[in-house]
Amino acid sequence: MVQTVLETGPVAEESTSRATHINAYRLMLLARVLDDKFASLYRAGKIHGGVFLGRGQEALSVAVGLSLREGDIFAPLIRDQAGRLAFGESILDAVRTYLGSSLGPMRGRDGNVHRGRPLQGLLPMISHLGAMIAVVNGTLFARRMKGISGTVGAACIGDGATSTGAFHEALNQAAVEKLPLVLVLADNQYAYSTPNSRQFACQSLLDRAAGYGVAGHGVDGTDLCACLNTVGQAVAQARAGHGPQLVVAQLLRLCGHGEHDVADYVDTKLKSSPVGRDCLKVAEEFLRQQSWASETDLAAWRSEAIQRVEEAVATVQREPAPDPFAEEWTALSSRQLTELHDEESPGPVDI
Amino acid sequence: MSVTYLEAIRAAQARALAEDPRVFIYGQDVGAFGGAFKATKNLANEFPGRVLDAPISEDAIAGLAVGAAIEGLRPIIEMQFADFSTVAFNQIVNQAATLYWRTQVPCPITVRLPCGATSGSGPFHSQTMETIYAHYPGLIVMTPATVEDAYSMLLEAVAIDDPVVFCEHKLLYYHLKADALPTEALPVGKARLAREGRDMTIVTYSAMVHEALAAADELKPEGWEIEVVDLRTVKPLDTDTVMASVARTGRLLCVGESWPWGGVSAEVIARVATEGFDLLDAPPQRLNAKDTPVPYHPNLWAAHRPTARSVAAAARKILRQ
Ligand SMILES: Cc1ncc(C[n+]2csc(CCOP(=O)(O)OP(=O)(O)O)c2C)c(N)n1
Ligand SMILES: [Mg+2]
Repeated sequence: MVQTVLETGPVAEESTSRATHINAYRLMLLARVLDDKFASLYRAGKIHGGVFLGRGQEALSVAVGLSLREGDIFAPLIRDQAGRLAFGESILDAVRTYLGSSLGPMRGRDGNVHRGRPLQGLLPMISHLGAMIAVVNGTLFARRMKGISGTVGAACIGDGATSTGAFHEALNQAAVEKLPLVLVLADNQYAYSTPNSRQFACQSLLDRAAGYGVAGHGVDGTDLCACLNTVGQAVAQARAGHGPQLVVAQLLRLCGHGEHDVADYVDTKLKSSPVGRDCLKVAEEFLRQQSWASETDLAAWRSEAIQRVEEAVATVQREPAPDPFAEEWTALSSRQLTELHDEESPGPVDI
Repeated sequence: MSVTYLEAIRAAQARALAEDPRVFIYGQDVGAFGGAFKATKNLANEFPGRVLDAPISEDAIAGLAVGAAIEGLRPIIEMQFADFSTVAFNQIVNQAATLYWRTQVPCPITVRLPCGATSGSGPFHSQTMETIYAHYPGLIVMTPATVEDAYSMLLEAVAIDDPVVFCEHKLLYYHLKADALPTEALPVGKARLAREGRDMTIVTYSAMVHEALAAADELKPEGWEIEVVDLRTVKPLDTDTVMASVARTGRLLCVGESWPWGGVSAEVIARVATEGFDLLDAPPQRLNAKDTPVPYHPNLWAAHRPTARSVAAAARKILRQ
């Protein structure tokens, strides 16, 4: 995948540098614009099934994507539009999957956020929370066996998913094997409607790191500079052979669980607290303060993002939907082992 | 007044909570939020301390239910989607299902599974699980197809001393309506004649009952009278009702939404073939979903599952023999 690579050098200086920051901001903006487009397509009834946005989590997500480089592994989750774009996933892959185009990477077989290109290091999530972490471990384990070093794997996860057995098993496994895993935990205070108080009892999810014997990094997930620094450091540590790194970001989901959800259960106090800041606005303000972007720049970047998204949607809307008659109804790569159940052929039956 | 399938499920839980202090509900987002599908709407309010949000820990949710059952309680646990019950599979099939057989201590838990394919839901929010749970000794597996059965069978599920896997079909939640909640019901384990006919028997359950009934409507103008048997509970399976119907019609088609390999439709055919071979005037057939994960796109989804049209087509083939 094509991606922007962070130059090596003093991480703090580098990640706050003008070019990096602008690049990150523009990717966040593009993700937000794309997410907003999916939301409006959903409201117009143009999307089958659910729509899940990363609103409010773009800073953390983009930092993950930008900290990775070619050859690394990335297992994003439902709120990682920004990280996907930063890692090199095309807008078309996203739009084609949401609209079910037969030309997309999932060919209409799977939809929305359940997409990826495994051979390019972008793992396609299954819905079952926590399940992707061990798969990332497996890719890293295999690379070690194959004698490949210097690559890392990042998996994204939410606060709620830390309650799964899969999370525990995989983080412990990575620690035992000392794998270069970066587990990026977006603590957005809720898992669907369930607040953290009903999800876990430790003070902070960062406390978990010690129990597993892995390094822990806390970060303000609303602050792009902090995210670029912290995630960048965690990735560098993993790459340098220091074993699994757990990054825990504090932020708030600034949307429903999915677009079907009005999320009236979210505590209004949280919304007005620092954790409820919109990371995109924070990043934009920072650019202004640094005089790294003028109002004209900001407006131009936004309209460019809108144009790219609109073009992609227009393209995909002209593409063919999957055809059940042309579909190969088998889940096996060993075609010769496919069982035939001919009574269920989808063809029209003449009377 | 009219009541939906989903409202019936909520009403049954409300009644179980009201009438039996041993009942409680546990699952993700079931509390103040009322559940992902709103099957427990307002129940946390009406029954304080008895409708509780769980962490995203299906294994522990099911395990906790077993422990509470040992203590004499009657837990109802909700899996947010049936698909996620695979994470609880160990506790359900190895813990809950074996407890009574090993210790003589019954395990009265109800596992609610929002099942089945809906368009646009994809491979991980669409599965039907009755086949795999029915395979394990020690479980009862219910698959209600009507509003009335959703209500009465859920109450039965809570009352039964064994673990019950309650498969509710998401496609029926909002659209299927009845005039009122039922005051009486067939006993558990008894199938229902959903439609009488003389030319062929279609045995099915859950949402596929409605596809079969629509297929029967489609075949009527062609002169065929199709009998539809709704199994209601797939385990135990009411072989008697199936056999009696096949004795009348001489022809059998089994329809299931789950995958073709093994499963309920295979079981029904095996029983009829072994115990009632002489009753058959034509080879029995079955129709299931295609042998791939459930696809996301509506075009693929609609071709993946049996529909009234494909049921009617399969029926015609049998009727012509
Ligand atoms: C094993 C499993 N159980 C239940 C679900 C249903 N589910 C999907 S997302 C979600 C909440 C996830 O919360 P969190 O991990 O905090 O991520 P967030 O949505 O907040 O980003 C739930 C319960 C699931 N996907 N997988
Ligand atoms: Mg969360």
